[in-house]
Amino acid sequence: MLSLRGLTRRFGGLTAVDAIDLDLAKGELVSIIGPNGAGKTTLFNLVTGLDRPDAGTIHFEGQDITGLSPERLAAGGIARTFQLGRVFGNLSVMDNVLIGAHTRLRAVKPAVPVIGPLLELGLALLRPASVKAEEERLREEVRAILARFGERLLPRIDQPAYSLSYANRRRVEIARALALKPRLLLLDEPTAGMNPTETAEMQALVAELKAEGLTILLIEHKLEMVMRLSDRVIVMDEGRKIAEGPGEQVRVDSKVIEAYLGHGLSGTSEQDSAA
Amino acid sequence: MSSWLDYTINGLIVGNVYALVAVGLALIFGVSRLINFAQGSIYLVGAYIGWVAVVQLHTPLPLTIIVVAVAAAIVGLIIERFGLRPLQNSVRIAPLLATIGISFVLDQLVMLTFSPNPRALPSQLPDVRFQVGGGTIGPLDLLIAGVGLTSAFLLFVFLRYSKLGWAVRAASQDRDAAMQMGVDVNRVNQAVFGIAAALGGVSGMLVGMYYNQIDTAMSLQATLKGVVAEVVGGAGNVPGAVIGSLLLGLVESYGVAVFGTSYRNLFAFLLLVVVLVLRPNGLFASARQAPPEPLTGTFIAPSRPVRIPHWALAVAAAGFALLPLFPVSFYVLQTLINAWLLGMLALSLTLVAGTMGQVSLGHAALLAIGAYTSALLSLTLNVPVGLAVIGGGLMSAALGTLLISPSFRLRGHYVSIATLAIGEIVSLVILNWESVTRGPIGISGIPPLSLFGYDLISPTSIYWFSFAVMVVLALLQGRLLGSHLGRSFRAIRDDDIAARAYGLSLNRYKSLAFIFGGFAAGVSGGIAAHLYSYINHETFNTQQSILALTVVILGGLGNVVGAMLGAVALVGLPEVFRVAAEYRILIYGIVLLLLVRFRPQGLLGTM
Repeated sequence: MLSLRGLTRRFGGLTAVDAIDLDLAKGELVSIIGPNGAGKTTLFNLVTGLDRPDAGTIHFEGQDITGLSPERLAAGGIARTFQLGRVFGNLSVMDNVLIGAHTRLRAVKPAVPVIGPLLELGLALLRPASVKAEEERLREEVRAILARFGERLLPRIDQPAYSLSYANRRRVEIARALALKPRLLLLDEPTAGMNPTETAEMQALVAELKAEGLTILLIEHKLEMVMRLSDRVIVMDEGRKIAEGPGEQVRVDSKVIEAYLGHGLSGTSEQDSAA
Repeated sequence: MSSWLDYTINGLIVGNVYALVAVGLALIFGVSRLINFAQGSIYLVGAYIGWVAVVQLHTPLPLTIIVVAVAAAIVGLIIERFGLRPLQNSVRIAPLLATIGISFVLDQLVMLTFSPNPRALPSQLPDVRFQVGGGTIGPLDLLIAGVGLTSAFLLFVFLRYSKLGWAVRAASQDRDAAMQMGVDVNRVNQAVFGIAAALGGVSGMLVGMYYNQIDTAMSLQATLKGVVAEVVGGAGNVPGAVIGSLLLGLVESYGVAVFGTSYRNLFAFLLLVVVLVLRPNGLFASARQAPPEPLTGTFIAPSRPVRIPHWALAVAAAGFALLPLFPVSFYVLQTLINAWLLGMLALSLTLVAGTMGQVSLGHAALLAIGAYTSALLSLTLNVPVGLAVIGGGLMSAALGTLLISPSFRLRGHYVSIATLAIGEIVSLVILNWESVTRGPIGISGIPPLSLFGYDLISPTSIYWFSFAVMVVLALLQGRLLGSHLGRSFRAIRDDDIAARAYGLSLNRYKSLAFIFGGFAAGVSGGIAAHLYSYINHETFNTQQSILALTVVILGGLGNVVGAMLGAVALVGLPEVFRVAAEYRILIYGIVLLLLVRFRPQGLLGTM
């Protein structure tokens, strides 16, 4: 479904992502782990079009998507969350998640060339029945998505995102990603800054998404969660892939242990510094 | 050939002057990621202090330079301490607005102290020209070159070998890391503002001597030129700023040689727009840098907008609509008509700057486009005035969006610079495109407002007409904000990277915001043209852009009701208190500064 070949990105003298190969099958959950600065987030930026590779190719569902804009990739069904949390601070929870469904707007955003944007402006102002119905349907959908987080978000649906707790902002990000109805979901440290209870909730949610058949690429520092959820684990260090395989096998790989200990941090204690 | 050498020398000398301004801007940007829009005002202050020293105190030249440098540095330190340091931890838009406010306050103080009339600033140097190759060079040219080179050398030594200079360089590389290593960032800021102001002040004095004339319009020109040079060289890059300045000086000088003096500024701003579009990080930066990671939602102050119940708004609207039926004076109606026109402009700007996050400093250009279009349509094509005004709105929407579109890739301060430059370009095109716009003569005899064949001449009918147009525009804008476009605009403002990752095209939605906003501003300009019956290229100037911005901040960024309330307040209150006209802009500047400091969300809150 997703396949990277020789993907490389350099920043000046530093090679942040160094000739990475990666294959992801439909319905698979693959985790990427590695010390801070290993290039994991840069890899996500490359796959989602926020950054362009210096070399290598990215194929998604058989199509070459290397260097396409993030807007195109979002329309193509790729959704992501961000490591540092990028909710829209002044938008309500509802509006944040509705933005996630933006690529699915049809009635108000007719696919007409050239005058399409003007039609969109006109339809937004006139709001014929079809536009109203679509908006209402999406709002219902958003409530259903928020319900997956129990009572965490629903009571705060009209509150601006800046007023939410850190953990709730991460949840809003994931809800926003789900509203896109993604075919590929990239989660960048979804549990950063969460306490054990919240982490367990998040882990259950990701497991649920996986059981529903969603294809997921996960960056995570909490190794226990990684081991439980992943079909495969990829270990990165200094931009390179140093190990790949089932969790149990990667865990005892000598290069992996060296990469973590060599940086003076063990995988489990690192989550705090990452947050 | 000889004239080319003259133009080259002139270009380099002028470039040297720009460099003194641009280096200061680059230093400040490096340390605080802030484009100091008040730099030109310090330059102005420097020129006038120079005038006082030379004409009143008869100081010898070396002492004049020292007096100007020290006095300007003190102004810079005051700006840093009282204008910007209190805003260190506030939202990103705050220091940007603060420097704009400071610049207006300083300019107005100078204007009130010395009157707006130009003054002669004698150069105190012997009036001889030396023959160099085929061209000539005077002692003042040599002085400017000498001051430029000396300050560059001193600055180099300071940054390279002094401890404070090290701290400045460290802070500009990584402010947080420098702070953790014990660098006193406040001291670094002080040093940088002091140096920048001293350079800017001396530069203003030298330019005054070079042209033997100083006036208060110098300020904005200097800010613009300095910013152009700095951006061309790469924001924050000190050697780049010097090279950018020399380049700008040469481009202008050669441009003047080929096309004539009135095109001088056009070249400067075109150079800026080209660089911003092709190499937004400057000529000397690598084209692909790691994308910055701004924190989310920090561009505007988060706040819960004040919800005014609909019935209250309806009552207020009815009250204003019925006002002319009561015995009110012509003067009151006239004042409120001005408020409604400003309200339309503020609606436009609050959408673009508040909802969309594109702080436009050239919004008056949209008024000008609307006004000229409507005036010319009704005068030359005999289009009925009602339709002509709509035509003005449409032209403003289309042309304004087209002109601003190169800046859609830019963020924050850069948008403000680009819009400021585009505003100047529009005014320069109006001035120079005589076959269409009648150039400096302006357009006179514009027919009065009329609707369906009935002339609207009585103040009451004009009042109702402009009030009704504003209310309709406000209702439309409210409806727009309630649609998916409202949330899309606000999402892009809060975090354009996350917005793109969810399929929101920046070009598409910024265009739509400018189309909608451009229409409102164009209609306002069109109505104004028919009210004034005469317009020229200076009718719609930067002061109106700043006034509109103050209105928007006062009402609350993005807040539709706030925009109208702000317009009534800023137009009405000076009338109520009978403030003399020359103090008004000073008051607007002070209001802007106080708002940014104490109530950044405005009266009714940001949306």
